Amino acid sequence: MASNNKIIHPGWLRVNHWINLIAVVIMVLSGWEIYNASPIFDFSFPKQITLGGWLAGGLLWHFAAMWLLFFNGLFYLGMNLFSGRLKVRFFPIRVRDLLSDFINAFKGKLAHENLAEYNAVQKLAYLFVIVDIILLVLSGLVIWKPVQFPLLREFMGDYDNARIVHFIAMAALLAFTVIHVVMVALIPKTLLMMIRGR
Amino acid sequence: MAKPKLDQSLIIQEALKALPSPARRLFLKRTLTLGGLSLLSGCVITDEKSVERMLMKVSLFNDDVQAWLFDPNQLAPTYPDSMITKPFPFNAYYERWEIPKVEGEDYRLEISGLVADKHSWSLEELYKLPQTDQVTRHICVEGWSAIGKWGGVTFSTFLKRIGADLSAKYIGFKCADDYYTSIDMPTALHAQTLLTFTYDGQTLPPQYGYPMKLRMPTKLGYKNPKHIVAMFVTNTNPGGYWEDKGYNWFGGS
Repeated sequence: MASNNKIIHPGWLRVNHWINLIAVVIMVLSGWEIYNASPIFDFSFPKQITLGGWLAGGLLWHFAAMWLLFFNGLFYLGMNLFSGRLKVRFFPIRVRDLLSDFINAFKGKLAHENLAEYNAVQKLAYLFVIVDIILLVLSGLVIWKPVQFPLLREFMGDYDNARIVHFIAMAALLAFTVIHVVMVALIPKTLLMMIRGR
Repeated sequence: MAKPKLDQSLIIQEALKALPSPARRLFLKRTLTLGGLSLLSGCVITDEKSVERMLMKVSLFNDDVQAWLFDPNQLAPTYPDSMITKPFPFNAYYERWEIPKVEGEDYRLEISGLVADKHSWSLEELYKLPQTDQVTRHICVEGWSAIGKWGGVTFSTFLKRIGADLSAKYIGFKCADDYYTSIDMPTALHAQTLLTFTYDGQTLPPQYGYPMKLRMPTKLGYKNPKHIVAMFVTNTNPGGYWEDKGYNWFGGS
């Protein structure tokens, strides 16, 4: 199979992917530490799985890793838009393909011969997580700077609501990650691909 | 096999010598505890100090970013009286019974640093300054928020009255409860920054900072000092009670 030797994920994307993983792990774990200082809901995260040790530590980590997440994300979006990769890899998404791919996925018959192309479910999932991280950044900006970003603040429905948006977007990111990791475990060569490109 | 006997008190003495100052140690320990994470991944951050230094550097960088983002003309949202949070939460680094008791008659606000008029102010004098009030959202660094109504003199009016050097960088505050903090000049001159003497139309009660609280809707709660007894204008960053423990200095909203 000739396609096996073709680079599917370019180097910049692979580096970008793993930096994003590091940034997301730090953001989520320190975010839990910050959440615990004043929980929105009727539960706290176990101390053992939070990062920072106390609120100030959690904040230091969160407001350091945010730059990593932000600039890495900006680079990803920029490269995808200007290289045309976004259009090629993610569009079009057809409703009919989505339905049939979903059904095949549940039957365990999703085709993986050609990993150079995303199936419709993958396209939707990856686009979803892109939008979700953008939402995390925007709601985070409102929580950090509610006075300096009035339009964004109104869009989120004031400060307290921005916290809820931020939390739900975090939960959605985790849900994506769980499915993402399960799929990688089922098709291990995709992990190799994200490391060596092919 | 007989184990060699260990003198525990000697070991502890040795260990204590090796420790840096307790506060610093505590900060390190608290900040860098990765909980189960380091166990799970099998990796341990060996150079804790360099990580701490890096995080503090980014925090200083974030001060600069926030000063740059701060728009002096951007007003914090105000709310109708009906939205005031009742009861407004009491919050301090100590318990209610430790709230300082300040005698209003003997009280004098001390002024020092880069100002022309360094005379101390009685409450009577302060109450004679033009008063205004506003209903704004107080946001705590912990994440919760509450809406309250504070009344007093616009801080920029007061700064001009005492002939403060408005080109200076910082204003430091000392409080009756041993709290201390400091702010940047642009925030001090913001139209909504008030030196307040009332809460919800009543004389500021002890739990909210009698006799005065500097109220800034553009900063997080810990930057809003209560029970102020002294203030000074300076070009050297005076830090703050929480800030010196690792909380971000600018703390802006």
